[in-house]
Amino acid sequence: MRTQTSNTLNKTLTYVALILGSVVMIFPFIWMLLTSFKTQAESMAVPPQLLPSQWNLDNYVTALASLPFVNLYVNTALLIVFRVLCAVIFSSMAGYAFAKLDFPFKKALFTIVLVQMMLPSQIFIIPQYLMLARMGLTNTIFALVFPGLVSAFGTFFLRQTYLGIPGEIAEAAYLDGCNKWQTFTRVMFPLTGSSMAALAIFTAVFAYSDLMWPLICNIDLNMMTLSAGLSTLNGQYTTNFPVLMAGSLLAMIPMVILYLIFQKQFIQGIAMTGGK
Amino acid sequence: MKKTSKLSRDGAVWGLVMVAPTIIGLLVLNIWPFIETIYMSFSKSKAFGTFEFNGLDNYIEMFQSTEFWKATWNSIYFCILTVPVGVFLALLVAVLLNAKLKGRTAFRAIFFLPMVVAPAAVAMVWKWIFNTEYGIINSILGHNVRWLTNPAIVLITCAIVAIWSAIGYDAVLLLSGIQNISASLYEAASLDGATKVQQFFHITLPMVSPTLFVVLIMRLMSSLKVYDLIYMMVDQSNPALTSAQSLMYLFYRESFVAGNKGYASAIVIWTVLLIGIVTLLQFAGQKKWVNYEV
Repeated sequence: MRTQTSNTLNKTLTYVALILGSVVMIFPFIWMLLTSFKTQAESMAVPPQLLPSQWNLDNYVTALASLPFVNLYVNTALLIVFRVLCAVIFSSMAGYAFAKLDFPFKKALFTIVLVQMMLPSQIFIIPQYLMLARMGLTNTIFALVFPGLVSAFGTFFLRQTYLGIPGEIAEAAYLDGCNKWQTFTRVMFPLTGSSMAALAIFTAVFAYSDLMWPLICNIDLNMMTLSAGLSTLNGQYTTNFPVLMAGSLLAMIPMVILYLIFQKQFIQGIAMTGGK
Repeated sequence: MKKTSKLSRDGAVWGLVMVAPTIIGLLVLNIWPFIETIYMSFSKSKAFGTFEFNGLDNYIEMFQSTEFWKATWNSIYFCILTVPVGVFLALLVAVLLNAKLKGRTAFRAIFFLPMVVAPAAVAMVWKWIFNTEYGIINSILGHNVRWLTNPAIVLITCAIVAIWSAIGYDAVLLLSGIQNISASLYEAASLDGATKVQQFFHITLPMVSPTLFVVLIMRLMSSLKVYDLIYMMVDQSNPALTSAQSLMYLFYRESFVAGNKGYASAIVIWTVLLIGIVTLLQFAGQKKWVNYEV
């Protein structure tokens, strides 16, 4: 009897704590949404006005006119697609080789992977930018993708996955007449689906939120990503918060929709790649 | 005999071919730039991306700069503000989410949400919420607290937003650690009459400590190199800039706004050393509290 009441109490307390926490997590987004429909005068009303008196889309029109949103969406999408493809394909190949094949300088080459993982990305950024500038490739999609053409983390992560696949599977494929490459593409590669999905999500989330590199490599507004574009809007409308909120919502909506659809995969992906 | 040698030679060729894209990419994009950055930190940047060796000048200038020391302190202070509180709250959320409740997937999704929103958008809404004249927080408080322009408060404001942003990510990692703990441990403990709180301190905490350590290291490293959030919350004309400017923010301004790429390289080398020292200290300290048994 006593344990039952204490159980109910525990449960109620847990619920209360989670609901309070959720309110704190959700409130900024609700406030963002409400503000985006207000006039500037309404947003500055004292005492604060909770709901807009009219749900008008003027701020969205202004935000869409101030930033080339179509380009920003396309650029961000291309950045994500290319980074994910590069990370998954090249890291799968290298991860498989490091896990399952013997070749000269294997240890030394793997050390390169580990060294890259330990260094913060900012240490590479000036030379990467100078390289790009010398090639005359700033303000391009290639520039956005450039530092993410290969992924040391992806290589490390997929190597772990391949290490977990029993060697007998590869031997069986070899006896069936597959060469090393066919063993990889036809037998081993398809077995790593969930790890590749995790790496893809991890890569996409970080490519999407990256700010410093896109700001540096593409200064042409039409070649920016959503994040970088938002930061210029920030300078343009310092006090017009309804427009800023509308712009922010436009920038975050695609990823939030993807997240709501693939929520389980997102969270699993992050839990699997966790602790980078 | 002949067959095995063909087999291993085959493996050697394919192995090198398969790692080639990644290794060439890492050499060009990371290893060579790393060496270049070290060299640049001992050089002065000239026009057209050329550099002239100037010995320790950048480092001497850096160590004499109050702005640099302030940025170093800001980065460390930001860690102190965000890491302990943030990781503690994430652990709390993870424990709560581990309870068998209706709607726990929905709760988990809500806490994780900021992770999929670009820091640029996150910063924008919090700037509005913390706005001095019209922000909702000051309206509720009835005080005009200068959250983003008062040098004494600005970094605390940024820290609150950083904690809010990271809590779901850290909680997801910790939750997967907690879910790996065998249920039989809890059953045995409740048979012995242990309360939930006792179970937390005697089972959950020691068993999740390896995950906790990973989260802690990761959070420390990313807080020491914080940039995007502060850049968006505190723009370059903000009077409180020097009180909020982190090392990576200073690095960005020196290299890409002021064009002092040599000096900026010295700053980034210093930051890497700082991260290295903090990480080593963590690894040295982990023996005292991280439990790798079982």
